Amino acid sequence: MKWINTKNNRPVRIKDVPEMGMDELRSQIIRRCREGRRVVSFFGMPKGQSTAIYAVLADDDASRLYISSGLMGKDRRYQSITPEAPRFHIFERELFEDTGILPEGHPWLKGVRFGHDRADRESTMERYPFFTMKGEEVHEVAVGPVHAGVIEPGHFRFMCQGEDVHHLEIQLGYQHRGVEDLMIRNYRRSGIHLAESIAGDTVIGHATAYADAMEALAGTEISRRAQSVRAIALEMERAAIHIGDLGAIANDVAYLLGNAVFGVTRTLVINTLLALCGSRFGRGLVREGGVVFDFTPDLIKEFREKLNKVYRDTELMAEEMFESASVLSRLDNTGVVDAEAARNIGLVGPAGRASGFSLDVRADHPFGIYRFYPIHKRTMNSGDVFARAYMRYIEIKQSIDFILEQFESIADDRPLMQPLKKHVPDSLVVSMTEGWRGEIVHCAVTGKKGGIVKYKIKDPSLQNWYGLAYAVRNNGISDFPLCNKSFNLSYCGNDL
Amino acid sequence: MFEILKIRKNQGHQAIPDVTKAEIRRPFRGFPSLDGSKCGRCGVCREVCPVGAISAKPLSIDLGKCVFCGDCERLCPEKSIVFTNFHKIASTSREYLIVDGSKTADEYQDGAVEARKEIKRIFGSSLKLRQVSAAGCNGCEWELNACGNPNFDMGRFGIDIVASPRHADGILITGPISANMAPALEDAYMCTPDPKIVVLAGSCAISGGVFQGSPALNREFLGRRKIDLYIPGCPVHPLTVVNGILRFIK
Repeated sequence: MKWINTKNNRPVRIKDVPEMGMDELRSQIIRRCREGRRVVSFFGMPKGQSTAIYAVLADDDASRLYISSGLMGKDRRYQSITPEAPRFHIFERELFEDTGILPEGHPWLKGVRFGHDRADRESTMERYPFFTMKGEEVHEVAVGPVHAGVIEPGHFRFMCQGEDVHHLEIQLGYQHRGVEDLMIRNYRRSGIHLAESIAGDTVIGHATAYADAMEALAGTEISRRAQSVRAIALEMERAAIHIGDLGAIANDVAYLLGNAVFGVTRTLVINTLLALCGSRFGRGLVREGGVVFDFTPDLIKEFREKLNKVYRDTELMAEEMFESASVLSRLDNTGVVDAEAARNIGLVGPAGRASGFSLDVRADHPFGIYRFYPIHKRTMNSGDVFARAYMRYIEIKQSIDFILEQFESIADDRPLMQPLKKHVPDSLVVSMTEGWRGEIVHCAVTGKKGGIVKYKIKDPSLQNWYGLAYAVRNNGISDFPLCNKSFNLSYCGNDL
Repeated sequence: MFEILKIRKNQGHQAIPDVTKAEIRRPFRGFPSLDGSKCGRCGVCREVCPVGAISAKPLSIDLGKCVFCGDCERLCPEKSIVFTNFHKIASTSREYLIVDGSKTADEYQDGAVEARKEIKRIFGSSLKLRQVSAAGCNGCEWELNACGNPNFDMGRFGIDIVASPRHADGILITGPISANMAPALEDAYMCTPDPKIVVLAGSCAISGGVFQGSPALNREFLGRRKIDLYIPGCPVHPLTVVNGILRFIK
């Protein structure tokens, strides 16, 4: 047995995870990836005097997760996996930054987030090894970390020839707050609050991933009703941000009616979420063991009315916007990521689905109530800004339909919250959710007494940032904001 | 064309007519109403508070630390902590953010914002702020963007967030200030012409929030500067922001 097979939210004992030499793990990974599995988590943990590398691969068609590990030799280096399985590029960079273990032959071994606990303190943001480009009419445009709008900080460097972007390098790390480190130290007191703040626009997505992981380790199955409430909130979050993104895309093509209407429509969604839980972003709703707030019959009635209005208003505006020639001329064929590139980069979420790469945790590795009420995966093919925008529109309608159906079938079981038992010791659990940006992965490892000794977080942005850099190649630099909005990635989700 | 008119008509008038009178519905958690006499000193609230915002003698909550999660209210067996939906909680004083139940929400609001006369004279009809997200989780950033949307429309009071610090009258900070972002924050501040103000929005900026004590932060900037306005929240609600700034400059 070279791999132990498990599922989303099903813990395995650490001693049951196969262990082999790093070279063997590498060839195993490459073989399995050729068979169609893909990496969802890859991290190192101290083991005796050495470091064990854990790889989690997903078989999406079979809803299975495969875990194996490799023990690092004394030289702390191995042959890079990236040249054979490109999707590993960001995971190997992260591993190198965190542990100092060198993937030899990695084509692009640069810092990911410049964490306070990184292995090499000599690697600093000031000394980031940007690529350079030389030639007539070649120039560089540097933007950030402070941007013109109210957004998170990050540094973009465009290498341009004339108006065309030949290469964009995205240097992140400004948002690094040490979340994974804090999670281990403070999870008993503030684990769920930290999870809600991994990315403040994905409160429900990350909080659900964290809570699912803790419940799985405690062997607790929360009530069906609590699962439904979480899923409804997750779809509210998705609909709200997607509507906001359509507004932002409209703004960037100077279609101001769209910006105003979608802005107002988003307000209606988040104010409706506030009516449930007191927060426009769903803070305070998800807790380990269930949810804090419940739907009363009056609240369900109100949600139905508001969401039907949101559906109608979004449809009215979107149908008009997506027929407008002036809008389409900016969206069509801008920032194209074709299916092969999407696959190689490992794009997740709506950005991947817009390029025909059909991945959705809700369908592939269903969690919570999605195990009983599956979501149908939708994809598009053109991989341009239009596809990423239209994908949003499709998903908004899908989310609202899902919520309205949940209200028809929501279970009446209790309790809404239940106390968690002690965590199983020496175990590893992989918890995946589909946030609005895509696949969220939390890996938690318990020690001898059941306390959390390792917490690894993967926000969808970690993979998708490279997709944005790829998308703007050979596009006019003035289309960058549009490409950027069509991905709308998280800086703090990457920087942690 | 007719479709556009239909959309426009369907939307109607969206701006909140008077933001100073607008209320946020329950169960929004704003100003906490505390009753120390009910408190049985069981300590549950202090145990569950993720940010150490609660003190026992007397029973008090530091709104600069509080993330308004409501866990203390939910688990207090004596109901001595109740979050009201009152949202006008911004203050010019850090100490003032520590509430102990001796003031009602209205009394709190009356003494919360005490701005110097020069502030009202210089910035009263126009205040341009450069927002710096210093490791903000994007919650406060979304809400600050919402301040300018058709609902809250902060621009009608002459309050705007501008693209360059050189066009700004002050810096509006969100996030706990990571070590990696500290130099850029300092640069943005230095690029802002005098006279200038510093506003902190959200519990992360005010106290570090759930990230307080993280070795990845560097909050030295705050020790070097005078802070003019504190806007609590997690994230800040647009009405808290707009009303806080209006009280400060008008």
